[in-house]
Amino acid sequence: MMLRNLLPAPRLRIFTAVHGASVLALLCSGLAGCNGHAWYPGSLDSAGPVSSGERVILLDSLAIMLAIVVPTIVCILIVAWWYRAANRRSLYDPTWTYSGRIELLVWSIPALVILFLGGTAWISSHDLDPAKPLNPDRKALEIQVVALDWKWLFIYPDQHIASINRLLTPVGTPVHFRLTSASVMNVFFVPQLGSEIYAMNGMVTELNLQADRSGTFPGLAAQINGDGFSDMRFDTHAVSPREFSEWVDAVQTDGPTLDEAAYRLLLKQSARVAPYTYRDVAPKLFEAIASRQLPSGEGPHLTPITGSPVTQASGPIGLTGGE
Amino acid sequence: MLGKLTWQAIPFDQPIPLYSAAVVGMMLLAVLLWVAVKGYVPYLWREWITSVDHKRIGVMYCALALLMLLRGFIDALMMRSQQAFAFHAAGYLPPEHYNQIFSAHGTIMIFFVAMPFMVGLMNFVVPLQLGVRDVAFPTLNSVGFWLTAAGSLLVNVSLVVGEFSRVGWLPYPPLSGIQYSPGVGVDYYLWALEISGAGTLVGGINLVTTILKTRAPGMRYMRMPVFCWTSLASNLLMVAAFPVLTATLAMLLLDRYLDFHFFTNEAGGNAMMFVNLIWVWGHPEVYILALPAFGVFSEVVSTFSGKPLFGYRSMVAATMTICVLSFMVWLHHFFTMGAGANVNGFFGIMSMIIAVPTGVKIFNWLFTMYRGRVRFSVAMHWAIGFMVTFVIGGMTGVLLAMPPADFVMHNSLFLVAHFHNVVIGAVLFGAFAGYNYWFPKAFGFALDERLGKAAFWCWFVGFYVAFVPLYVTGLLGMTRRLQHYDQPQWHPWILVAGVGALIILCGIALQAAQLVVSIRSRQRRTDRTGDPWDGRTLEWATPSPPPLFNFAVLPNVKGEEPYWGMKRKAITAMQLSPEPSYEPIEVPRNSATGIVTAFLAFVLGFALIWHIWWMAALALVGAYATFVVFAWRDVAESVLPAEEVARIDRANRSARALALTEMHA
Repeated sequence: MMLRNLLPAPRLRIFTAVHGASVLALLCSGLAGCNGHAWYPGSLDSAGPVSSGERVILLDSLAIMLAIVVPTIVCILIVAWWYRAANRRSLYDPTWTYSGRIELLVWSIPALVILFLGGTAWISSHDLDPAKPLNPDRKALEIQVVALDWKWLFIYPDQHIASINRLLTPVGTPVHFRLTSASVMNVFFVPQLGSEIYAMNGMVTELNLQADRSGTFPGLAAQINGDGFSDMRFDTHAVSPREFSEWVDAVQTDGPTLDEAAYRLLLKQSARVAPYTYRDVAPKLFEAIASRQLPSGEGPHLTPITGSPVTQASGPIGLTGGE
Repeated sequence: MLGKLTWQAIPFDQPIPLYSAAVVGMMLLAVLLWVAVKGYVPYLWREWITSVDHKRIGVMYCALALLMLLRGFIDALMMRSQQAFAFHAAGYLPPEHYNQIFSAHGTIMIFFVAMPFMVGLMNFVVPLQLGVRDVAFPTLNSVGFWLTAAGSLLVNVSLVVGEFSRVGWLPYPPLSGIQYSPGVGVDYYLWALEISGAGTLVGGINLVTTILKTRAPGMRYMRMPVFCWTSLASNLLMVAAFPVLTATLAMLLLDRYLDFHFFTNEAGGNAMMFVNLIWVWGHPEVYILALPAFGVFSEVVSTFSGKPLFGYRSMVAATMTICVLSFMVWLHHFFTMGAGANVNGFFGIMSMIIAVPTGVKIFNWLFTMYRGRVRFSVAMHWAIGFMVTFVIGGMTGVLLAMPPADFVMHNSLFLVAHFHNVVIGAVLFGAFAGYNYWFPKAFGFALDERLGKAAFWCWFVGFYVAFVPLYVTGLLGMTRRLQHYDQPQWHPWILVAGVGALIILCGIALQAAQLVVSIRSRQRRTDRTGDPWDGRTLEWATPSPPPLFNFAVLPNVKGEEPYWGMKRKAITAMQLSPEPSYEPIEVPRNSATGIVTAFLAFVLGFALIWHIWWMAALALVGAYATFVVFAWRDVAESVLPAEEVARIDRANRSARALALTEMHA
């Protein structure tokens, strides 16, 4: 905290200069413009304060290191070529094996770079700590995330609704996620919004994100969790606050309810579940899951080794009709 | 009778593993048949399989690594082609198969390619460089090798009998627990690594003892070649880190077999503990592999620049700093697990600090070439290719050590690109540099230079074409281990990466050709003097290949680079040093303990995987009995008469004397 107080704004100013150069360098390297898409749905196309903060750190650290790395590579190649055995113009001095000055230089160059980057690492770890609220003055939207095999459950506790495989957030509102897993370890990741975080059984992790512009941002599971892994995706829709409250109203009037019985059905493995919503959620359901009052996911049925265990569901699980 | 093992365990309905295993099996059978028909069995048994000679064991380690490299690379090709096809499609590998392939690829490449390659080079070179006749525990050395081989055999048996792990190269629970992975795949993984891990541990103990206790007279610590220093650091790490791996995997085994709850969801288990423990081993493991490679480059750059290594003391300090620091950084593998900002900040900084001694090494190699006479041999190609590539890999590593940057790159293809950048760029390039550098020492003839350089260029270019796209797709938000995907932005890069894999395939083919061509033309490439590269360290003072006893008379070391000193003296005086008086030499007797124990360990592992308890009990008793029989042996050594020693050494001395006169002529 001390360090942060000592180094508040200048850090950003130093970075802005480096930052411009590094973005330019990346653009030139042809990273950016591919096949007509405005940008790409990656971590660098930030759509919120967290990912843009992380992008600054990423690109600026890269630029600082490139300033050392590129000359080093060039030196390696030049020295190797100039001192080739066939070059009779180069000096050969087999006794030159120590130089105090050069020793000092080769230890201090990396040490200084690392001193600088280490400071940045410490400060930015605190600035961009996933558990840190983004805007203490504004009430964050609470969303509880449960990683299931192989779908995502998003519970909006204050709205008493829940959604499977689709996340809606209002633009410009900080969102406070609390995450757990119903079965194995998982990682929640929406690249354009920033910070990944693990979701683990019997534990709750915290994450604060915010979308600054409307759009659809792909989200995924980033930790191998079995055969349905690649299909465990969801879309994050960042919509205007008005659209968000309209959506909440619409969800509250229709669809199944998520009580313990419905939750137990979710514990069965299934993949490629089309998004749907629950109009009501049993109170304290998330806490019951996270504190293991409800059982863990079931795991695969004991089929023969070569059988394909991935099942596909198209409607609300365990229900017909639905939305 | 056979536990869980039934005919269902053989995947008759999956043509790919079955056919590939059939082809490999046929090839293996053909080789065995050829060996038997030619009558090579007694020779192989006497000279290789039961050999306790560190040089033979070193060569066998490297041969195992090269063989497993082929297997691991086939997995890589399958992954690249699956991802190339699986855009908006299912591809040709269903998830349960694809997941086995990336798990096997990682496991094989780390444990059965990188590890045995490095251990093999150390085994072969370290006693020669120290100026001694053998390692401290020759039979234990053989046991270590055969246990590693048994582990790799177990991994490969899983191709046809049952399945391999589907949970990644590190089996994170609860996914790897019995509830979520009820099959035998994880058991194959665990037992293979328990067996080979024991082999690695005894190997580590052996080399640490060798370096600390058995050096030639006058070979003080600060006179040891840098390769010996990096080997010491690497083996110290093995001794410290591998028990952690063994214990962690044993806890997972207890969870799976005896219903313990170390890492389960229920009953107070804690999966995060597994992740911490496995990386307490996992990060030192990175340096167990990288440090010997740094040692190889130090030898190669110095030899082919015609200069002693620049900043020797700095190199030693950097090596030992890395050795210690490598135990303090493990948390950077999971910054995203929600530890607080202080913890993340601390481990971020610690990880970055390792970049300092590593950077020093790069500069020291650079200054070794400075004012040198650089000869671009194949080994030197690998060394320069390494320097360029590794600087980039180190940079992306520091980037990933920056916690907020890692928050968007953890488990992405950027991470995958990074660790391939360092494991291929440093460890594999180092292995190939060492392979080309010490091959003439091991076999008495040099490898073909043209094909070797062509192979280098394919690997070098192929590496960049294969992995730069993965850096890019990682920044585009693509995560690892995806069996299929729909993002159009990723697809072109994945296709390019596939082309890169094909270029690397050409490199491997050229390396195979290099070996075949060199063997066929070995008469022309014979190394008579034992010093083909104008070397500086003691291994070049021996004939190629070195005799069983390495040194007819133990060298008396009077400074750094003792062989270079001897050679200068001989060249100035225009004659070799006077012939020493030869004495009989005691050499350790061959022993089948290694292969018998390892075979029984393999049977034990297989029986435990399939719950064939009687077979497991028999194998365990048998392995222990083998050890007891070995311990009760009456004669441990045989004596090589002085005349035989003299004959071998005089042959080499006359070749060297001839070279000396040719030099002056």
